[in-house]
Amino acid sequence: MALFKTSNTLIRLIDDFFDAIEQGGIIFKIGVDDFLNGDMPKFEENITKIMELERRADVKRREIEHILYTKSLLPQFRGDVIQLLEKADDIIDIIKSNLSQFDVEIPFIPKELHTDIRNLTKLSVNCIDEVIPAAREYFRSPERVKDYIHKVYFYESEADQLANDIKKKVFQDIPELQLAEKLHLRYFTLHIENVSDTAEVLADLLAVYAIKRTM
Amino acid sequence: MLLLFLSSGLFLGWSLGANDAANVFGSAVGSRMVSFRKAAIIASVFVILGAVLQGAGASHTLGKLGKVDAMAGAFTVALAAAITVYWMTKMRMPVSTSQAIVGSIIGWNLFTGNPTDSASMTKIVTTWIAGPILGALFAVFFFIVLQAILRKAKFHLVKLDAYIRNGLIIVGAFGAYSLGANNIANVVGVFLPLAPELSIDLGFMVLDGTQQLFLMGGIAISIGIITYSRKVMETVGSDLMELTSEAALVVVLSQAAVLFIFSSTSLSNLMVSMGLPPIPLVPVSSSQVVVGSVIGIGLYKGGGKNIRFRVLGGITMGWITTPLAAGLISFISLFFVNNVFKLDVTNPQNEQEIENEIPKFNGNEVDIMEETKSVTNTAYPYSLLPKEIDS
Repeated sequence: MALFKTSNTLIRLIDDFFDAIEQGGIIFKIGVDDFLNGDMPKFEENITKIMELERRADVKRREIEHILYTKSLLPQFRGDVIQLLEKADDIIDIIKSNLSQFDVEIPFIPKELHTDIRNLTKLSVNCIDEVIPAAREYFRSPERVKDYIHKVYFYESEADQLANDIKKKVFQDIPELQLAEKLHLRYFTLHIENVSDTAEVLADLLAVYAIKRTM
Repeated sequence: MLLLFLSSGLFLGWSLGANDAANVFGSAVGSRMVSFRKAAIIASVFVILGAVLQGAGASHTLGKLGKVDAMAGAFTVALAAAITVYWMTKMRMPVSTSQAIVGSIIGWNLFTGNPTDSASMTKIVTTWIAGPILGALFAVFFFIVLQAILRKAKFHLVKLDAYIRNGLIIVGAFGAYSLGANNIANVVGVFLPLAPELSIDLGFMVLDGTQQLFLMGGIAISIGIITYSRKVMETVGSDLMELTSEAALVVVLSQAAVLFIFSSTSLSNLMVSMGLPPIPLVPVSSSQVVVGSVIGIGLYKGGGKNIRFRVLGGITMGWITTPLAAGLISFISLFFVNNVFKLDVTNPQNEQEIENEIPKFNGNEVDIMEETKSVTNTAYPYSLLPKEIDS
């Protein structure tokens, strides 16, 4: 019966871990929005929240790995599960690092780019909103993983396209920007786009691991 | 004295425990789903229970094949089987204790001039072939049922792992029980005619002489499991079983079911009461049933391309080479024991009794020969017949 108790604890930890990542996505969207609105006190609150969520996700991930190894659970899928958790953890790490960079570097974002930046953030967060349910399904119904990951690929390619458009606008359509500002904006566009790329990496892994589980 | 002569059987039991426990718990221990300590304790307890409670059925069939009636004979027969198993394992040839002991008994029959009951022989050989086939059929059936359950239940991977772990322990216990029940005949079967008359009252049950032998054989298998099976379990578990843990569970379950069927007297009686033919109670090779089960799953999942025909060929060759080798070793060893050590490998008293009971030659040659032949086919050793009749 101790085994079932450990299993229940592990399931709860995995769910909590994914909750933290999903909440991180929400905070990222709100944070970028607050930054663009110039609401710095609220933005600071988001920084605190994302730091706490990232720390919580790290703690949960380490606990999960510890239980998996010490109790020799999931011998066949342990490697896959740990890899999945680490890649999911990368998402919240990038979100935290992005918001921190907004906080530290305070990039100048011209008004005409606000909608695009918001949309880019939304597309990146959409990737998280699809890839995390896919990761949850890996544990319960691996055959349903593909129902989610095709959306991740779609949003990721949309994000790529939009990021390209933003960069073009920055370098070609807004001549009043200094070169340093242009490079800075390019750099931040890449940061936001990175979130969708990281979600895509997780989706790629899930696609393979789900097949392995259904074999 | 009995213990000294029993030592060869106990050695055979030890090697059976060391090798065949891996068929029951190999995948679980090899994949670290169950600790070796837990597996060894469960396997040891259930092997002994199976041997003592249900070992009689398959032993009876071996007894019918050849009733080894002298201590030195039984010792030599078991030793020859043990040497065959050891030697063939060393040569990396597929070997089964069940097939070795049968060959060894036939070697004794040939040496002492006892007849080999062709009905028992046919029954045994048919079962050897049926064992892996039945293993494959059971494995496919259990696999389909398990897949249907899992598809419907949609367990969390972690929960599924817990269920399979517990399943492997329960099915492993059943497998160990069946292994003890079915394979104890290989270990002490040849010693049964020499079982002590003594009964031991344990309070909750009384152990007769036969059960005491089964208990000793069971303990020998358990010692084999505890002292030497770890390495085999860890190797077999990781090398042979390239299966999912669900498939491993199915393989152990089908193997346990096959061994149980071929050793359950109650099941056989039930068949008879239903007007069906009785189940042959014969010791079968657990390793070959496992291979049959794995092939069954392979066939179900991917058609013929998953079958390793070399393994199949090895099993078929084993059906012939193992009894031949054991029979030859048994015959030669009996010759040495009988002529060099001057030990009786068959009971001289029985010889005298049998000789007295054989009808005297009274001139009515044809009738008496026929009568004696029919009697010899069932009970008397050929070598004891008067020369006139034998010729």
